[in-house]
Order: sequence, then structure tokens, then C-alpha cells
Amino acid sequence: MRATRRVNRVATAVLLFSMAGVMATLYAIDHIRRGSVAQEALYVRSSKTLRRLSLGYSGLLADIYWTRAVQYFGEQHHSGSSDFRLLAPLLEVTTELDPKLLPAYQFGANFLAPKPPSGAGLPGAALALMKYGIAHNPDQWRLYYNLGFLYYTELKDYAGAADAFAQGAKLPVTNPFMPILAARMAQHAGEFDTARMLWFTTYQSTRDSSIQQNAVEHLLALQVDEDVTRLEQVIERYREQTGRLPTSMGDLERAGFIHGTPADPKGRPYKLMPDGRIEVQNPESILFITKGLPSGAAPPQSPRKTQADSK
Amino acid sequence: MNSRIGYIAFNTFREAVRDRVLYNLIAFALLLSGAAILVGEISIDIERLVVVNLGLTAVSLFGVVIAIFIGIGLVSKEIDKRTLYTVLSRPVRRWEFVVGKFFGLTGTLVVNTFLMAIGVFLALLYVAHKFEKMDGWVLVALYFIVLQFLIVCALALFFSSFSTPLMSAVFTFALFVIGSLAEDLRGFARITHGIGGWLATAIAYLVPNFSALNVIGQVAHGDAVPGRLILYNSLYALLYSAMAIAGAVLIFQRRNLK
Repeated sequence: MRATRRVNRVATAVLLFSMAGVMATLYAIDHIRRGSVAQEALYVRSSKTLRRLSLGYSGLLADIYWTRAVQYFGEQHHSGSSDFRLLAPLLEVTTELDPKLLPAYQFGANFLAPKPPSGAGLPGAALALMKYGIAHNPDQWRLYYNLGFLYYTELKDYAGAADAFAQGAKLPVTNPFMPILAARMAQHAGEFDTARMLWFTTYQSTRDSSIQQNAVEHLLALQVDEDVTRLEQVIERYREQTGRLPTSMGDLERAGFIHGTPADPKGRPYKLMPDGRIEVQNPESILFITKGLPSGAAPPQSPRKTQADSK
Repeated sequence: MNSRIGYIAFNTFREAVRDRVLYNLIAFALLLSGAAILVGEISIDIERLVVVNLGLTAVSLFGVVIAIFIGIGLVSKEIDKRTLYTVLSRPVRRWEFVVGKFFGLTGTLVVNTFLMAIGVFLALLYVAHKFEKMDGWVLVALYFIVLQFLIVCALALFFSSFSTPLMSAVFTFALFVIGSLAEDLRGFARITHGIGGWLATAIAYLVPNFSALNVIGQVAHGDAVPGRLILYNSLYALLYSAMAIAGAVLIFQRRNLK
């Protein structure tokens, strides 16, 4: 009886120790193999072969490949790497396995198009992905919207964007902003308003909190860019009128150009610089701004919020 | 090693050989030599790739099937034939029986794998006419396959300690399939939040991680395997097998054999 108890005690100790050891070792193995899962996933790049190997479960395989693409992008993005060479093939295999997998187009294009470190810097691949998605899902207005967005933000191709929004606007089920966006693109006017409408539509058309947060940050940055542009125009007018630059915001207020002290969306007053430029007080606090930065400073390089980051 | 464990292990090995388990080597030899000759005739420049991929995959799958089908019967067969009572009536403890069976089965698979490995290298020599430096990584892949067998044997034994042979085979095979997708499973767990996320992470870390033990695709392309991975995989396989065997011992100790 005593011997049995001793065996039980030893076996329990071995069980618990091994379990803890297994977890720790697995953690170390995951660190060593980071990135290699995606690499290995692409030893077979033919979706036809993969489809046959999946024994009919190609939908599940597509989900696995999509998850691998998200993981790969998230890991490369998080580590600050600009090497995204496996991303496009992973997305190709995913969408060929399941052409109806809409998130793979919507987010995949968003991963592919922006310049590193925000994305892979492959707008051509992003366009090809979106067009493949539209060819297989012609009734999805979101894909036309994403295509137009891509043309506008990454390629500055207003005609392409207008065409994409216009096609999306013709669908039986669409977003009310689509015809307006198409018209604005065709006119190629009101940059800030157009961009604001795009980000607002993005915010409105998703339930994903990370994408909504990303849209909010872009809307805040747009507000700063617009404020700084407007204030610098005011300073220029003041200089033309008085023959000198204002020394403070008070000068502009007394001259009747502004009312009160203008502040950024976070409530911090804008700084008037001696050379007549406007700067934000804390550039790091507002991502994506392109104006109001200290002279010579690069736009905030904080990692862009993406779907993959939140995973 | 305890001499009683050694005897049980040796007898398990002898029984497997007597059951003509090693006959699978004939099928393996035919498959590999056929592939080596056929692919050379109908394809261009992938002879080595096919021999490595097909050879190592066959070693792995043949071994897993053997491990499952012998492993699940190790305990139940002894009970059905009533030979277990004879063994346990001698000065053999239950834990020694379980551990001996484990070593016997893994020994069988190591011998089987060794013979298959010779076949893989002969086929490689046939298609490439000489060995290259990168062929050394094939040995690492074979070593990882043996580590896979350790875990599969331990799992089969674990399930057979409390379940019927059929259910043990189903459980072990299911865990083998899930474990082969373990890294994806951990990827899924990472994107799940809340209590579900914790649960998914716990499951993802508890299922055997066969995906890290499968470097067949990597070595087929001549890619190196990091030394640290060899070390950690060895450690992982030993710990996981120890965990499953300890579980089997705990259950078998309590099992009513009357």
C-alpha cells in the first residue's frame, strides 16, 4: 500500500513537472519558429494542389491561411520589419482557396498597399487582390469602396477611385455615401472633406473596434492638418496686411482673424513659431498628421493600428 | 534501467516483430523505389525533393499508424488474453509494466525508422548519384520523426490505460491531427479574447505540438534546422512523453483489473 502511494506521488510529481516543462519548452519553440509557419505554409503555393489535398475542406484551409497571413503581417509589423515578401502569396492562396472570404480582400489590401512600416508597400498587389475579389463577389459594395479607397489614398488615382465608387453606387445594396464619393473623386475637389467622408464611411461600415479606432485617429489627424493649413493661410494674410509676422495668437485675434486660442483635437493650443509656421504641442499624441510637425521632423512613426495589431 | 522494465520492453519488441509489424518495410521499399524511378522519368529536377518529401512522409505516417495500432492494444490485449495477471502476479509493479511497454514500442519504432532511413538514403543516392552536405538535415528530420513517435506511443498508451482499443485509436489519431495543426491552433488562440481566449490558449498548449517536429518541407529544400530547435524539440518530446506516461501510470495504478 505504501509502495503504491509512493508510486502515485512520484507519478503526480512527474506529471506536474512535465506539464510545466512542456509549456515552457513550447514557448521557447514558438520564439524560434516565429515566421517559419508562414514560410512552410508556402512550400506548396498552388491553390489547386492545396484544394485537392484539403479533401474538400478548402474553406477551412482558407481560414487557416488567412489566419497565417494575419499572424505573419502582425508579427512583421510589430517587429518593425519592412520585409513582407510572404504576404502577397499567402493572400493569393487564401483567396484562391475561398474566393468569398471578404475580410481577406478588405484587410489584405490594407496590409499590402501602404508603404513600410505601415504596410508591405505593394499597392499593385493590393489592386490585383481587390480586383480578384470584385470579380468573384460583384455584388459586394464594400469591395468597390475598398478599391476606390485604395486608388485615392495610395495611388492618388482620382479617375480610378471615381470609377470604383461609381460602380459600387450602382449596386442594389450599397452605402449612401458611394455616389457622393464618386462625384467628389470625379471633381477631384475638397481634399479634406473627401478624406473625412472616406474615413467616416470606414468608421460607419465596420463593427470592428480596432478599425473604428484607426478611422477615428485618421479623422483627428485630418482635423489637425486642416487647422494648420487654415491657420498658416491666416498668418500669410496677416503678414500681407501688416507687413510683419504675428508674434502670438493674440496678434491674430486682435486683428480679427481668429476668435479665441485655436487648439488641436486633444485640447492642446497650437504653437505659433517665429517663422510663421504652426506646430502642434505634442506631435506624438496624434498619429498620421502630416502638418504642424516641428521643422525637419518626420511624421509620427508609431505603428499604424491595423486589424493584425489588435490580434 | 530496471531489469524488469527491460524484460517487458524486450518482450514487447519481440511480440511486435512476431506480429509481422516490420512487414511495412516491404511496402515502404516498394513505394520509395517506385517513386524514385518514376519521378526521374516523368518530371524535371525534383527527384531529390520527391524522394525526401515522400520518404520522410512515409516514415512518419507508417510509424504513426504502427504506434497507434500497437500502442492501443498494449494493455487491452494483455487483459483480454489474461497474460497481464500472470505478469503482475510476479514481482512486477504496474508502473514498471506501463513504462516497459512504452520502451518496447518506441524501441520497435526506432528500429523500423532506422531501416526506413537506410531506404531513404539509398533512394537519395540513386537519384542524386552522390550525397550532399544538405542531406545531413534529413537525419535531423528523421530524428524529429522519432520524437513524434515517442509522443504518439505515450499518448496511445495513456488512452489505452482507461479506454477501449477503438476509442484509444480515435483519441490518439485525433490528437495527432490536431497536434499537426498546433501552431495554427495557437494562432487562433491568440486572436481569441476573454475566458474563451484563456481556454483556447490552455488547450493549444496542452495538445501535442507535432507541427514543430515536422521539418520535412524545410529539409527537402535544403534549409538548415536551428540547433536550439533540436534541443528544445528533444526536451519537449521527452517532457510530453513523461507527462503522458505519468498520467497512464496514475490511471493504471487505480484501475480495477478484476
